[in-house]
Parts: sequence; structure tokens; C-alpha cells
Amino acid sequence: MFKFTVNGKPREADVEPEMPLLWVLRDVLDEKGPKFGCGIGQCGACSVHVNGELVRSCSFPVSGAAGKQVVTIEGLEQKGRLHPVQQAWIDHQVPQCGYCQSGQIMAAVSLLKKKPNPTDKDIDDAMTNICRCGTYARIRPAIHTAAKAAAKKSAKA
Amino acid sequence: MKTIAKSFSDSRRVFLKTSAAVGGGLALGISLPALAQTKDAFAKPDQVNLWVLISPDDTVVIRYARSEMGQGSFTSAPMLVAEELGCDWNKVRVEYVSTNANVVSKRAWGAMNASGSQTIRSSQEYLRRGGATAREMLVSAAAQEWKAPASECTVANSVITHVPTGRTVSFGQVAAAAAKLEVPKDVKLKDPKDWTIAGKSMPRFDIPTTVRGKQRYGIDTQLPGMVYAAVAQCPVFGGKVKSLDAAKIQGRRGIQKVLNLGDFVAVTADNWWRAKEALKLLPIEWDVGAYGNATSATIMETFRNGLAQNDLPVAKNTGNVEQGFAASAKVLEAEYFTPYLAHATLEPMGCTALMKGDKVEVWVSTQNAEASLATAAAAAGVPVENVEVYRVQAGGGFGRRGTQDYTRQAVLIAKTMPGVPVKALWTREEDTQHDFYRPASLVRMRAGLDAAGNPVAWTARIAAPSIIATLSSLPLANGIDPQAVIGFADQPYNIPNVKVDYAQRNGHVPVGFWRTVGHSQNPFVRECFMDEMALAAGRDPYQYRRALLKDKPRDLGILDAVAKHAGWEKPAAKGVFRGIAETDAYGSYIAAVIEVSPTGKDAAGKDSFAIRRIVVGIDCGYAVNPDNIVAQMQGSVVWALSAILWGENTLKDGRIQQSNFHDYRMMRLAEMPKVEVVIAPTGGFWGGVGEPANAPIAPALCNAIFAATGRRVRSLPLINHDLTMKKA
Ligand code: FES
Ligand code: FES
Repeated sequence: MFKFTVNGKPREADVEPEMPLLWVLRDVLDEKGPKFGCGIGQCGACSVHVNGELVRSCSFPVSGAAGKQVVTIEGLEQKGRLHPVQQAWIDHQVPQCGYCQSGQIMAAVSLLKKKPNPTDKDIDDAMTNICRCGTYARIRPAIHTAAKAAAKKSAKA
Repeated sequence: MKTIAKSFSDSRRVFLKTSAAVGGGLALGISLPALAQTKDAFAKPDQVNLWVLISPDDTVVIRYARSEMGQGSFTSAPMLVAEELGCDWNKVRVEYVSTNANVVSKRAWGAMNASGSQTIRSSQEYLRRGGATAREMLVSAAAQEWKAPASECTVANSVITHVPTGRTVSFGQVAAAAAKLEVPKDVKLKDPKDWTIAGKSMPRFDIPTTVRGKQRYGIDTQLPGMVYAAVAQCPVFGGKVKSLDAAKIQGRRGIQKVLNLGDFVAVTADNWWRAKEALKLLPIEWDVGAYGNATSATIMETFRNGLAQNDLPVAKNTGNVEQGFAASAKVLEAEYFTPYLAHATLEPMGCTALMKGDKVEVWVSTQNAEASLATAAAAAGVPVENVEVYRVQAGGGFGRRGTQDYTRQAVLIAKTMPGVPVKALWTREEDTQHDFYRPASLVRMRAGLDAAGNPVAWTARIAAPSIIATLSSLPLANGIDPQAVIGFADQPYNIPNVKVDYAQRNGHVPVGFWRTVGHSQNPFVRECFMDEMALAAGRDPYQYRRALLKDKPRDLGILDAVAKHAGWEKPAAKGVFRGIAETDAYGSYIAAVIEVSPTGKDAAGKDSFAIRRIVVGIDCGYAVNPDNIVAQMQGSVVWALSAILWGENTLKDGRIQQSNFHDYRMMRLAEMPKVEVVIAPTGGFWGGVGEPANAPIAPALCNAIFAATGRRVRSLPLINHDLTMKKA
């Protein structure tokens, strides 16, 4: 039995230790935010945060999440308020089919946590998720917008 | 939302309620061409044949028949309805039309497929007419109440105003009265120059849901008691299961059934990962059929043999090419090749099916809900009336999801367990190796130039599989697959003697519609060869094209617009080289200028180049949702570059050699060059926007690479030429 929290709520799953976190989230716990794209760590559609670290959950065994805090895309919204990255994604109309976007957003949130004011090079290095619809031209400016919005918010706080 | 099933039945309930509330609102089935034959369905307004629905609180529900898969038409199609209706855009909601209702009513809502960049261009007329019809009825109702002529009333933002008296009434207040009126036959559509909603960039309806992580795709279907299935198909196309050893995996945790379904194997379990892991360990013997030895080379041999034939079916023959060549001062000849390509939608193929008695329900990401429905009916062996297809947003389509092999599989599995919903899902490997690929194609081009370098004769001979013949299993009309010869047979240049012929070479590799289809490859050939001709003529490639497009104002117009934006008339900066290309595609006109710089050898000793800038422009006649067009163009450029740089599916032992994103490479953000989009709609026609921008990228890039390196690339991808891209 593995116990951890998902978006703040305690959850548990009686599964094989090597079962990827992605499938525990999706099929056992009905958390459909993270998506399946490749299963081999290539595309990033399955990205979630485990204790604040970005992981590709298709290639991360559930045993590694035991006792930890898992956050999915659906845990970013706080009290009905979108995360600045989510808002920037709307402002820049980033998604097309949207299938990769929960992973893209989780990667961007993680980047901004580490580098609140990322350079283009930082964005290149951090944003390695695949978008088959080709939304890259909007992801970059959206991250800059989110960085500015987050800075404003923390200046106010 | 607990489960998808619940949300679906909720929306149905809402629908029934709104239908029941029709007495208080206006529900309008609009004047589709198809409605002429479906009077019955139309005659009962409380049935599901509603297109525009206005409630007393002014809410406007617009029903949408096609599929959303990222192209944005779930928003842009309703914009056209709302434009003519004159409603407040903020009060608009969009819902999918029921697939079953559409099929049963013999297409009251028209075609449901989203393909061929056609949502706007082939629906615009009835979408606009639908909005205008509703507007006229609302105005008539208001005018009657005021005992004033309708001509004295204006409409804006869901409010009708009687101009002389200043009286106003909202749509919702007169909707009930309007619903009782006769449906007008002839309505006047707005002049696009008076548009207030269409033509403006409107945020997409689906995006807030997506960024909150709440968008639900086919893969997210969750039903009570559902089981999960992993599937394996014969790695050689067309093969069958010979035998399997189910005992080897029975008893593994969670494993339920091991099914031999003839041309595929399914393992079901209580979650998908368990099913997939067990399937990997299941010994399966395949009867690979006749093609177990096929390779890329043997397929190429069949293409070569096609080029060597005489008396091939002719797609185009004007003038007399023999005489033209005989009169030429110079003759050029070149062969071009483009490979098979998998779609690789980011959401892999999959479908959920439930069979109960002789009824089937299907939840699926599809581009063609009617095809899903027909496929499910055939697989289940029930009449189409007994099937419902629930659509959800598709995690990419690009042509793959018009073909419903995966829906068939889910239904066949579900048939073995009546009453139990089954979600079948493919691995990425299965998805890469069992696609309906963009056909490979080998083309021989010849051109005869006169002493001044002008073309007098031009031929294209294409050897390639036929998508239509393969998918329909029917012989081609006149031996020609229009997609195989598109861009050649209708080439726009003023050349007196032109001949295009086609050698149909269908192998065992399934082929299908891949975003931009024939225009994903033929403009590469035609426009690169046009550069070869310009070079032989000693002329500037832009000016050479211009001269031959004198009588083609739309081709010329977009070519000029893009060249101007890119600053072609001024020499490029030192170390920067340019390529240009133009074509029509999907009713639009599209051109690109690409700037590259050679960047020496890369670490592996290969020639490298950097893309400095891509300028791509479109004349789509009318731009309904401009920002969405920009997005589609940006996305198309990425789509094109992944294919140009790395994209290729090769065969060995009858099977596709690539399996996942590590060996079927997709472009990533760091590799994204600067893209400048020019939207130059000239009006008077309706062109598609979802696919065209792919078309000019390969030729413009390869022409730029030639300018930069002197290396003429005549086959894709570039990686096979030891050409790699570096960051600018
Ligand atoms: S599904 Fe995890 S990286 Fe692709
Ligand atoms: S938006 Fe479709 S894959 Fe990224």
C-alpha cells in the first residue's frame, strides 16, 4: 500500500511498487490531469510535481512517491484563482488540441519556481516537452508574461 | 465531475430541459441543404434537430457538428452564426450535435468530419444563413409587437432597437414569439466588411478548460465497472494471429481476458498498465502474410518501376510536351522523393466501447463521428440507429482520426463482455507502427527551357500509393488519385506544354490523410524544381515565378506580399541566404520566404545550418478568427519542420522500424525558429487555414539551403543528407 497526497488530499493505492505513478494517478485514483503520450520519458505529457520536483510520471515508479506530495495540473488553481502560468496560457491562447498542455504548464511552473525571471536560454533548457500541434511560438512569450505577473503579485504581497 | 458518463448524461439532461423549454425560447433548425430531404426531423421542433437555441435569459446555444482537435473551429464556426444573428458573443455557448441524431435524421446537421481544412469553407454558407434566419425571425417578432415595420429595427448585442422610437427588446424576450413565425426562405447575409464578431480575434472556448487540466479526451473516459485493454497487432501489416499462449500470463495480477481477435490480440485487466505489461510477456505467433520481406528498398523498386512505365494514366495534358521539349534549348530532369510519415498525434489511438444487448455506445476522440458510428455498427453487427458516439476533444487528429480501426477494435473487445465498458488504448509504439501513413512518393520532373530560360515544356511523373484506392478498396476513376497529383496537375505557372501522369503503386503499407496530404509533399517537389529552372535560366527565383504567374492574381498576390514582408528586393545580410516558394492549398494561397545561414560542421562533422527567420503568408479570402489562423500557421510550420528535418518511417522485414519519439523525432521548443505570419485576405472566396502553411515550408527551406550551401536537396528528411539544424 502506497500512501501520498495528491493536490493536498491523502490518497493510497495498493499496487505493484514498480507501477508508474502516471497509471496509478490515472487508472487507480481517477486523476486525469496528467496525460499519456509516450511512456518512455520523451514527451512530458505526464509531468507532475513530486515534493515540488518536476517528474515525468510515466517513468517514475509509484514507490518513489510514497509519503510525498504529488501535485497535478488540477492542483495549481488556488481558491478558484488560476496560477499565473495558467492565466498567461489563456492570455496568449497557447493550447491547440491541448493534450500536451498540462505537461507544458507543469514544466513552466517548475521552471518559474527555480528561476522566477527566466532567460530565453533557460526556457529552451527547461521546456523539453513535445507539442505535436506546435504551440512553441506561444509558450515562450507566455512564460515571460507569467514571470512578470508572478513578480507583480509577490511585490504586492 | 465524477465520470465522463455522468457529464454526458448531464449534458443530455440539460439538453432535454432546454428542448422542453422551447415554448419560452426560439429553437431553430437552420436551412441546411440537407434539410430539404429531412422535413420530418425538421417538422418537430422539440426533437434534437436544433441548431440555434435562444433561451429567455438571452443565452444562445449554438450546436456544432464537426470535431475539435486543436484547429479552433469549435469557436470560429459559431462566430459566423453569431455574427449574422447579431447576438452578444459573451452569451454564446457551444455544444456538440448528437452523432446518432445526425445519422438518424439523415444528416440534418450536414457532414461531421473535420478534415481537409474545410470546416469554415464548406460550412460558412449554412452557418451564416442559420444565424441570419434566426435574426430575421427575432426582428419580425419584435416589429409585430411594436406594430412597426421590421425595416425600422436594428440589431446589436442581442438587443433589437426600434430606431424611430428608441424602444428596445432583448432576443430572449421575443424568442418565444419568434419561434411561432414562419421560417423565412431568403435571408440577406452581411457584407463581411460590416462584421463585428467574425474577423476579430476571439479567445477559444475550450482553452480555459484545457489550462485548468479539465479538458477530457477519449483517453480520459471513465465509466463504472470499466475494464482496460491493451492491444497488439501483427507487426507486418495485413498479418494475422497464428497462435498465442495465454497460460503464460493468466494469473498475473489484475489480468482478466486474453483474446485472439483474428488480426489483433487484446489483454484486459483492471488497469491499463497491467494489461500492457502482461501483453508484452504474452507469446504470440503471427502469420505475417506475404509481405514479411518487404523493405524500404523493395518499395522503392516498385516506385522506380512505375516511373519506367509508358502509357500511364494521365492527370493533365495541355499542348504537346514532345514538341515542347524538341523546341527547347535546355532540358532539366530531376527525381524527388518524400517518405512515409506517421501522424503521431500526442494522444495515442484508443476508444471506449460498451455493448448492451443490440445497443452500442462509444466514447472516442474522432475526426469523423459518423465514420466512428458506422465502424462501431459494423463491428458490433447492429444497425446504425443503435449506436451512439460521444465525442470529446481529440488530442490531435491531423487526419489519423478519420480512420476508425481503433474504434473497431474496442467494439470487438466489448462484444466479448456485454454490459462491461472497455477502454482500449494503444502504446506509442503501436501507434507509430500501425498508422495510415502519409504515402511515400517518387517523382520525376522534366522541364524544357527556351533560349531565354522560359519554360516551354514541363512534365511530372508520380509513382506513389493511392490513399483513396487503399482506403476505399475501389478502383480509381481514370487511374488517377487526385491527392497524388495535386499541385502538379493544377500547377499555376504559365507553361504552354504540360503533362502529368501517375503510376499507382500500392504496397502493403496502409496509407491515409496526413495533415496537408498531397500538399505536404508535391509543392516541395514542384517549388524546388522551379528553383532549379530559375537557376538554369540565370534568373532570380522570385522574379522567375512572378513572370510565370502574371495571370494568377491570387498566387502572385501572396507571393508578392510575403516577398515584400521579407524584404526580398534588398539583398540579404551577409551570411544570410533565402529561399522562396508559393502554392495554393485547400482553397487558400500560401507562400513562404525562409532565411538560413550556414553554420559550418556540427560536432559529428555534418554540415549544419541555422534558420534565421521564416516568413509565411496566407490569403484565405476571409479571416474569421485571425489569431487562430496565426496559431494554425505557427503550428503548421512546426509540423512541417519535424518532417523536413527528421521525419521518415522506413521498413524492414515488412514492418515499420521506428517506434517512439526517440527514433521518430519531433521538433521541440528550443529548436523553434522565428516565424512571422502574414495574413492577407483579399475577400471573395473562402480558403482553409488548418493545413496550407505546411506546404511552402519544405521548398522554401531547401531552396534557402541550396542558396547557402550549393547543395540541392531532392529527398527528405534532411538528416539523410547529413544536414542538421543549429539554433540561430
Ligand atoms: S508519457 Fe511520460 S514522457 Fe511521454
Ligand atoms: S497542443 Fe496539441 S500537442 Fe500540444
